[in-house]
Amino acid sequence: MVDVRGVSRTFHRGRTPVPVLKGLSLQMEKGEFLALMGPSGSGKSTLLNLIAGLDRPTGGEVIVGGSEIHLLSERKLAGWRSRNVGFVFQFSNLLGALSAERNVAVPLLLTSFSARERRRRVDIALEIVGLSERGKHRPRELSGGEQQRVGIARALVNDPMLLVCDEPTGDLDRTTSAEILDLLVALNRDHGKTILMVTHDPVAAERASRTLHLEDGRLAEGGDDGTVAVPVHEPAGAAV
Amino acid sequence: MSSFTLISAALRRKKTRTFLTFSSVVFAFLIFGVLSMLQTAFSMGAEIANEDRLVVRHRVSLFQLLPQSYEADMEEIPGVVDAMHMTWFGGVYQDPSNFFMQSPVEPAEYLDMYPEVLVPEEAKLRWIETRNGVIAGRALVERLGWEVGDRIPIQPTIWRQAGRGDDAWEFELVGVYDADVEGFDQTQFLFRYDFFDEARSFGRGQVGWFMVRIADPDRAPEIAAAIDATFQNSAAETKSESEGAFAAGFANQVGNLGLIVTSILAAVFFTILLVAGNTMAQSVRERIGEIGLLKALGFTSSRVQRLVLMESVTLVTTAGFLGMVLAVGLERVLRPALAAYFPGLFLRPEDLLLGLGLAVVTGLVVGIFPARRAMRLETALALRRL
Repeated sequence: MVDVRGVSRTFHRGRTPVPVLKGLSLQMEKGEFLALMGPSGSGKSTLLNLIAGLDRPTGGEVIVGGSEIHLLSERKLAGWRSRNVGFVFQFSNLLGALSAERNVAVPLLLTSFSARERRRRVDIALEIVGLSERGKHRPRELSGGEQQRVGIARALVNDPMLLVCDEPTGDLDRTTSAEILDLLVALNRDHGKTILMVTHDPVAAERASRTLHLEDGRLAEGGDDGTVAVPVHEPAGAAV
Repeated sequence: MSSFTLISAALRRKKTRTFLTFSSVVFAFLIFGVLSMLQTAFSMGAEIANEDRLVVRHRVSLFQLLPQSYEADMEEIPGVVDAMHMTWFGGVYQDPSNFFMQSPVEPAEYLDMYPEVLVPEEAKLRWIETRNGVIAGRALVERLGWEVGDRIPIQPTIWRQAGRGDDAWEFELVGVYDADVEGFDQTQFLFRYDFFDEARSFGRGQVGWFMVRIADPDRAPEIAAAIDATFQNSAAETKSESEGAFAAGFANQVGNLGLIVTSILAAVFFTILLVAGNTMAQSVRERIGEIGLLKALGFTSSRVQRLVLMESVTLVTTAGFLGMVLAVGLERVLRPALAAYFPGLFLRPEDLLLGLGLAVVTGLVVGIFPARRAMRLETALALRRL
């Protein structure tokens, strides 16, 4: 499903090159829930951006769902993201002037679905995250946890094969975090979603089927190639 | 839901700021509409001028007199069909604020020269029969509440009556004229030249200027030169020009209106560019994370650029349209109220279209830099602002 081969990514601060990823390789199976952990600056968000098609590697290959995304043009990469990747961020960043259901429908603007199909997809996505009754509410009328659920519904609405989550519980209290993690686990277990999650929180990482530690742009020493194996949930069918 | 939903959401994000920017653009286009009306009012004389009419005046100034005998001389010049004369009377009716143009004319010649002036047959006959008869434009008659048959005293400021000191000239209103050309001056007060010439205390046989009809408008410069050559080295040399050039020169006596209006509009629109441009730039700066999110969701850079441009064009064009609608509303109020002072005060369709075009162009100019900035944002960097 995800095959990262010898990937490096170097940024430049002025004329000084700053290598962030240094020849890193990893694989993810379809239906896997992988947590990426590591200290700040270790390169976990950079790796997530490369796998999600938000950035390009300086060297190496990134193959997701059979597509060599490191070779795609900016335009094709945008199209690929819209069809294959759902994003969940630390802050849901919903559009304040739009209702929850309209926020969920934003990615559908890039599709050619009929209005009826769009409506159906929005309803299903909201139902999955348990917010069927809150679709007409504006973000300011929702709690932090509910806003994050709307963000997850938005990530699901195009039925992507990969869900990337960057600190999805970083802005939530312990109880709400647990609810969001329960939801992600359910999406992985019950709907077969492949999930890649970056987190600082060991409690969150424990909910993943595997945890990968990064240090200084490489997989951490120890364990199984820097990974901690956790039983994989049994995937079951597409979500939307 | 469509892209417009996103544009609408962006505009509603900071309602007060959007409202203030929107209002300033509305006001700018209202000013545009009003200034366009004023420019039309002042330039209408030149706009409706007949191409086959020339104005012949004294070379020194309009207020220097010419011999009436020039009329017959001009009619002998090849290419001249007809000539008639007018004279600035400059009298006062009741109060100097009641200003309107008064001139003695030869009725039949005047009506031949100005076929756009519509006078009922009965009024024409009474004008010819009544020595102190006058016809006046409908706007003037309505403004001053006159009725046909009224006796109208005009206090002289230049032309006193022989042996009557400062006594008022007394005229009888015998008819009202209309015009079938939009913007034609309907505030003139026209009385008979023979009555005027016999009664005035000085300047008999002298007139203010001539209107000359020519056969071929393409030969206007040549005929004007021939007229001036005819009276060269005489006691009263002439200056001949087309009616349009004369009207434009007359309007420009209050200044170069075109330049004044253009300068004001340039200042107004430059300010609008700054105000609306600042709003759009600030709006995009505040939404970098949001724009990064749209790109992450799959919106291409060019689509994001289009969204920001459409946002800017929507804001400015909607406001511009409203401003022009308000200008049209203002025209509906001002036009009848000021018809007697500014007969050509109206908003021309081409000015309306120009206003709307300006709104679209302004929207594009205002939005182009923020849109390019949004387009160039690197998705991963922009997402860090979430």
